[in-house]
Amino acid sequence: MANIPAELKYSREHEWIKLDGDRATIGITDYAQDSLGDIVFVELPSVGDTFEAEDTLGVVESVKAASDIYTPLSGRVVEINEELLDAPETINEDPYGKGWMVVMELSDPSQVENLLSKAEYEAYLEENA
Amino acid sequence: MSEPLIFELSRPGRRGILPPENDVPCKEVEQLIPAGMLRQDEPQLPEVSELDVVRHYTRLSRMNYGVDVGFYPLGSCTMKYNPKICEDAANLPGFTRLHPYQPEETVQGALELMYHTQNYLAEITGMDAVTLQPAAGAHGELTGLLIIKAYLKHRGEKRTKVIVPDSAHGTNPATATLAGFKVVQVKSDLRGNVDIEALREVVDEDTAALMLTNPSTLGLFEENIVQIAEIVHNAGGLLYYDGANMNAIMGITSPGRMGFDVVHLNLHKTFATPHGGGGPGSGPVGVKAELEPFLPKPVVVKENDTYRLDYNRPLSIGRVRGFYASFGVVVKAYTYLISQGGSGLKSISEHAVLNANYLMHRLAGHLNIPFDRRCMHEFVCRPRGLKGKGVRTLDLAKRMLDYGYHPPTIYFPLIVEEVMMMEPTETESKETLDDFARSVIKILQEAAEDPEQVKTAPHSTPVGRLDEVTAARKPVLRYNG
Repeated sequence: MANIPAELKYSREHEWIKLDGDRATIGITDYAQDSLGDIVFVELPSVGDTFEAEDTLGVVESVKAASDIYTPLSGRVVEINEELLDAPETINEDPYGKGWMVVMELSDPSQVENLLSKAEYEAYLEENA
Repeated sequence: MSEPLIFELSRPGRRGILPPENDVPCKEVEQLIPAGMLRQDEPQLPEVSELDVVRHYTRLSRMNYGVDVGFYPLGSCTMKYNPKICEDAANLPGFTRLHPYQPEETVQGALELMYHTQNYLAEITGMDAVTLQPAAGAHGELTGLLIIKAYLKHRGEKRTKVIVPDSAHGTNPATATLAGFKVVQVKSDLRGNVDIEALREVVDEDTAALMLTNPSTLGLFEENIVQIAEIVHNAGGLLYYDGANMNAIMGITSPGRMGFDVVHLNLHKTFATPHGGGGPGSGPVGVKAELEPFLPKPVVVKENDTYRLDYNRPLSIGRVRGFYASFGVVVKAYTYLISQGGSGLKSISEHAVLNANYLMHRLAGHLNIPFDRRCMHEFVCRPRGLKGKGVRTLDLAKRMLDYGYHPPTIYFPLIVEEVMMMEPTETESKETLDDFARSVIKILQEAAEDPEQVKTAPHSTPVGRLDEVTAARKPVLRYNG
């Protein structure tokens, strides 16, 4: 069973979101990294880029497939995890910690209401996996 | 691996050919090429004899696997047998000795062949005009979308969205992005069709096109295609047909009848020209009449009894390829087309579908078939009950190599977990399909009883399990021995 920390929020596209005021740290879930397999390449946005919710934020590529990362929230990128570019395996090793991908400043914090809780994400996985 | 690299065979001073002394005036290379463009070090080329080279590459060639060696059920790739008569035709001196700058009146036969091929492909796809220029499928997609873009621009429309189902080939969203469109994904429903409600939600006055593969990459016929075409057309968008799976429907239906406006074909799939390393490919594009003025130029036209290359096409998107495309490949496809005829092509599709359904039913008790429907020319399946043994689809595929088969496509389409996609094609006999099915069933038994045997496969190939992760993360692309 995939690890799903209780303190985080989740999207249906298998991203996790850690909220801190009007800022959100985003990465991919344990389930997502396990389904993708060994990640070999990561493409991240640039600091300052702005996105609408459901836009493509970046790409992760594993031996199996390349997958888009969607942002569940609108906002501006204020920080990216550059270490992933040289060590994409970090996402496999520590998806909720050192494997974080971007920090965004939210332009519409009310969108947070659309995110899933641990229990809701668990149920979603149950239904769809 | 038993075969060394050619660099490891190198011995200082050894060479294959000794050219005679130069007896004409010559200049130093420094006088001919700017200093900044000259390399500073000697190139590290292997020093080997002609016999070293011949033996090395002959030995490597014996490790090749192709359709001429064995069964190759690589889904979505249509690895059918390539008849040798097509090679014979392409090797006729009248074709091989043509010069691209010969005057048109001296190459009437070649132009006639291109003209007929354009027309045959138009008839098969239900389109009005065809270009033979694109180099392969993805290039055909790009050509098709550039035609759509030029058409919309000519009409003064600014549409920015291209809709792509979640089961699509990865080339579809890549093509749309390259052509300057925004990609919008639409999901599949539980029967494997495009989700009609989800489609209605995303189609609007900003929709340039929907790109669709039918049958889809799940090997399923899109049951609502007429309704889908209506939804997109009513919003003023166009329908693009990815012809990768055309082998399932020839002579039975056509993209034109389904409502598509633009189509690409893969001659190296459906029309039996060599695929992969044996290519090159060829990806002709067909369009409905209103898009014809935008086709790449030149197009071969016939006037009275004379064929000529028509460059006078002011609305054309221009050239997408040098000279006259992969002409030799077109000769092979033409030979295939006329040797089969209309009824032959229909029979090919019928047998491709029959073979896939037969193989699916042979395996149905042993593998999970996620969509309980009659399949078209290919089907998707996945192992069941092997997760606990730590055996994944990748391991099963590797073990098939030990049994002498090229594995099916794995981990695609992305929407089915641990998926295998099998496409036997029409050229395989019942005996081959039975042998393959027996081997798959045996591998599944091994996976259950002796998982290590499968997880460490292949055991009989020149190299065993490759470290694909390190190869992708830290590729070594140069010999630095």
